[in-house]
Amino acid sequence: MNAKGLSRFFTVALLATSIQVGGMGFAFADQTILNVSYDPTRELYKDFNAAFAEKWKTDTGETLTIQTSHGGSGKQARSVIDGLEADVVTLALEADIDAIAKESGKIPADWKTKFENNSAPYTSTIVFLVRKGNPKGIKDWGDLVKDDIQVITPNPKTSGGARWNFLAAWAWARAQNGGDDAKAQEYVAQLFKHVPVLDTGARGATTTFVQRGLGDVLIAWENEAYLSLEELGPDSFDIVTPSVSIKAEPPVALVDGNVDTKGTRKVAEAYLQYLYSDVGQKIAAKHYYRPFKPEAADPNDIKRFADVKLSTIDEFGGWKEAQPKFFGDGGVFDQIYKPGQ
Amino acid sequence: MAHEALAPASVGTSEMVRSATSESRLARYGLIALSLAFVGLFLVLPLAIVFTEALRKGPGTFFEAIADPETWAAIRLTLLVAAIAVPLNLVFGIAAAWAIAKFEFKGKAFLTTLIDLPFSVSPVISGLVFVLLFGSHSLLGPWLGSHGIKVLFAVPGIVLATVFVTFPFVARELIPLMQEQGTSDEEAALSLGASGWQTFWYVTLPNIKWGLLYGVLLCNARAMGEFGAVSVVSGHIRGMTNTMPLQVEILYNEYNFIGAFAVATLLALLALVTLVIKSLLEFKFSAQIAAARKH
Amino acid sequence: MTASLPQRWQFRQPSVIPGFGLALGVTLSWLILIILIPLSGLVWRSSALGWSTFWTLATDQRTLNALKISFGTAFLAALANVVFGVLLAWVLVRYRFFGRRVIDAMVDLPFALPTAVAGIALTTLYAPNGWIGSLLTPLGIKVAFTPLGIVFALIFVGLPFVVRTVQPIMEEIDREVEEAAATLGATRFQTVSRVLLPGLAPAVLTGFALAFARGVGEYGSVIFIAGNLPYVSEIAPLLIVIRLEEFNYPAATAIAAVMLIISFVMLLVINSIQAWSRRRYGYGA
Repeated sequence: MNAKGLSRFFTVALLATSIQVGGMGFAFADQTILNVSYDPTRELYKDFNAAFAEKWKTDTGETLTIQTSHGGSGKQARSVIDGLEADVVTLALEADIDAIAKESGKIPADWKTKFENNSAPYTSTIVFLVRKGNPKGIKDWGDLVKDDIQVITPNPKTSGGARWNFLAAWAWARAQNGGDDAKAQEYVAQLFKHVPVLDTGARGATTTFVQRGLGDVLIAWENEAYLSLEELGPDSFDIVTPSVSIKAEPPVALVDGNVDTKGTRKVAEAYLQYLYSDVGQKIAAKHYYRPFKPEAADPNDIKRFADVKLSTIDEFGGWKEAQPKFFGDGGVFDQIYKPGQ
Repeated sequence: MAHEALAPASVGTSEMVRSATSESRLARYGLIALSLAFVGLFLVLPLAIVFTEALRKGPGTFFEAIADPETWAAIRLTLLVAAIAVPLNLVFGIAAAWAIAKFEFKGKAFLTTLIDLPFSVSPVISGLVFVLLFGSHSLLGPWLGSHGIKVLFAVPGIVLATVFVTFPFVARELIPLMQEQGTSDEEAALSLGASGWQTFWYVTLPNIKWGLLYGVLLCNARAMGEFGAVSVVSGHIRGMTNTMPLQVEILYNEYNFIGAFAVATLLALLALVTLVIKSLLEFKFSAQIAAARKH
Repeated sequence: MTASLPQRWQFRQPSVIPGFGLALGVTLSWLILIILIPLSGLVWRSSALGWSTFWTLATDQRTLNALKISFGTAFLAALANVVFGVLLAWVLVRYRFFGRRVIDAMVDLPFALPTAVAGIALTTLYAPNGWIGSLLTPLGIKVAFTPLGIVFALIFVGLPFVVRTVQPIMEEIDREVEEAAATLGATRFQTVSRVLLPGLAPAVLTGFALAFARGVGEYGSVIFIAGNLPYVSEIAPLLIVIRLEEFNYPAATAIAAVMLIISFVMLLVINSIQAWSRRRYGYGA
C-alpha cells in the first residue's frame, strides 16, 4: 500500500469520528441551584420548579435555573457526601439526610428542626395496587400472606420506599398482635416468602408489577400508586388502602456547606420555604402527596386520600434506631432471609 | 477466502476431498440455521423489542421524544466523552500492542492481564474507584475542592470512568493480530535503512489498520453505551451530566417508555452507523485487503 | 535498559525493532494512571477493615452464595458463548449467505446497547407475559427472575468477546492444512475436531476468559432480570451496591477486592497458558 492510500484511509476514518465532536454550551442564568431528589418526585418538582422560578423572577427580577437530579435516595445521598454540589436535598428517608450530616458535615445535625413538620412539607403513606376488580380479594395486610398471593415490593436494602413498606407491614402486624414484635417479625418473614422478585428501586418494582404482569399486589407509595394509575392504565388496576399504614415523611434540607460556598443560601432557603406555601402545598397535593396543610390544597385533591390509621416512625424509635435495627448489616431483614429458606 | 476445494490429488474422488475440506450442504445449512436462531433469540429480538417499544405510538411521538432539549444535551455529552476517551485509548492501545507483540520480555502475561483487568471489574466498582480517588473523603478530594477543580459529577469524571471501562479494547484487538504478523516486515524495513517512525508509519500501520479500526469501533460503541460506571460519577444532573444511557434510565423511570426506548434506538443506530462505515471502508479498500490476505 | 542487569537474567530478549522503551513507557504510565492508582485506592479502602473483619465478610454465607451465583452463571454463560460464538464465527467466516453482513454487524450490539436497556429488553422478552416467556411458561420453563435469566443476560453481554477474538484467527487459517488432512484420509469431522479446533483453542480460551470476566462483574442488565432474591438470585455486584447503600464503603470494597483477585488470577492463568503455547507452538492469540 502506498502512503497516499493510507492517508486517504485515515481521512475517511477520521471524518467518521469527527462527526461526533459536538459543542457543549450551557446557558448560564443569574442564579442556579441544584435540587438532589429521589426517584418518584420528578413530576412534582417539574411543576414546583416552574412555579418557584416564576415567583423568584417576580420578586427579585433574577432568572433562576433550577437543576434537578433524580435517583435512588441512598445513592443520591452518597453523591452529595462525595461532593455533588447540591443546594437542597429532598430525599425519601430521614436516614439518608442524617448520613449526609454525619459523613460530610455539610448539613447540621439538627436539620430536622429547620423547617416545619420535621422538615417534611408533604407526607405519603403505603397502599396496595391490585389488578382491576381485585380478583384475589385483597383487603388488608393479612391477605398478603395467603397461599396463592404473590407480592411485589422492592428490596429494603436498596430502596428507601421499600423500607417504608416493610415498616408499614410491621406496624400492622404489631397492632394485630397486641404490640408483640416477635409476632410482627414472623408475619413480615411470611410476607417476604410471597415476594418472587426484589427489585432494587420502587420504580423497578412498579414496572415488574405493571409491565411484566408479575404478582397480585404491589406495595407502593400512595403517590406512586396513583401515578401508575394515571400513567399506565386506570382500567387495569385498583388501589386498596389497608387498615393500618405508616406515615412516610420524605424530608427536605438545606445543604449549608454548599450554599455558603456557592452564595445561594437565600434562594435555596426560599425554595424550600416555598414548598410550605399555599402554592407549594397545592402542587404537592396535585401530585398525590399528602400536604402538611391540607386546607391550602384543592379540596378535590384532598378527597382522593383515604382515611387510614397511620403509624409513625417514632413508634419504631425514629430512623436513627430503626435503620440499623431493621435494615443494617445483619439486621432484621437479613435475618428474615436465611439460607435454604 | 471462499475459494472452492482444490482439485484432488492422488487419493480418492473429488467428492471425498470436498467432504473433507467443507461440510456437506445439509450440515452447512444446519449450522447457518442454528446460528441464525441463536442470533435471532439473543440479538435480533432484544433489538426488535427496543424498536417496537420506541415506535409504539408512531414516529411522531418517537421524534418528539428525541427532540427534547435534555436528550440533546445527553447526546452532545455522550459524543464529547467518546471523542476524548477513544483517541486516548487508541494511542495507548497501539503502544501496548507494540510493546507486547513485537518484543519478548519477562512478565508479559502479567502485563496483558493488567490490561484485561477493566473487563473483569464490575461497572459499579469502575465508577466507585474514582469516587474513592476524587470524592470529598479521598486523599485528593479536599485539594481539588480548594482549587476549584471539579472532577466528580462533571465531565472529567465521566471521561475518566469511560476511559477506564474502554481501556483494553484497542490493545486487545491489536495484540493477537500483531503477534500473528510477527516482526519480519519491520526487520526488513529497518535493514533497508528506514527509521523507527517510518517503519511504524509505512509498514506496521498499513498491516494493522483493519484491526485498529475494529478496535476503535468497539471501543467507541462501549464508550457511548457505558452505563454503570458513568452512573456512579455523573451526579445525574438533568441536561448537564446525563449521558445517553443515563437519560434512558431517567426517561424509563419517568414512565416515559417511548422516550427511553427512542434514545436507546439512537444508541443502537450509532453503533450500526459505525459498523456501516466499517463495511464501506472494507468495500472501498477490498483490493488491498485481498492483497494483505495473500501476504 | 538491559545493560544494568546481570547477563544471565535478561528482562527482554534482544531485538532490532526500536521503540520498546517508548511503547512500554506509554503503556505503563497510562496503565498506572488509569487502572492501578484507582484500583489501589480500592484495596487501600478495604484494608481499613483489618484482616479478620475482611475474612469474616468474605466468607459470610450470603457473600459466598452471591459469589457462587455470579461466578457460576458467568461460567455457564461463557461456556454457552464459546459454543455459539465459535459456531457463529465459523458461519460468518466460512459461509456466504443472505444477511451475513447484517449479522456480522449485529454481533457488536451488546457493546453499544446500554446494559440497562439490554436488561429491560431481555426481561420484556422473557417475562411470563413476554414474546418468548409466554411460550415457555406453559412448558414450565421460567427464565426471567431466576438464575437462568442471569445466564441469558450474561450470554448477551459476553457474546461479542468470543466471536471477535475467534473470528480474526479463523480468517487466518490456512486452507492448505485442511486439504492436507483431507489427502491423508481424514473425514471432515476429524479435520475439524483434530486439526482446526486445537489451533483455535488459544483464541477460544481468550474469548472465554474475557466473556467470563465481564459476566462476573456485570450489573446493569442483570438486576432487571435476576429477581435479586438473597441466596437464590442475588449477584455479588448487587451485594456491593447493598453495602454502599449502608454507607459501608470498606465492606463494599472488600467484596469488590475479592472478586477482583479471583478474576485477576483466572485471567493471569489463561494469559500465561497462551504465552506458553505461543512460545511452544507459535500460533494462537
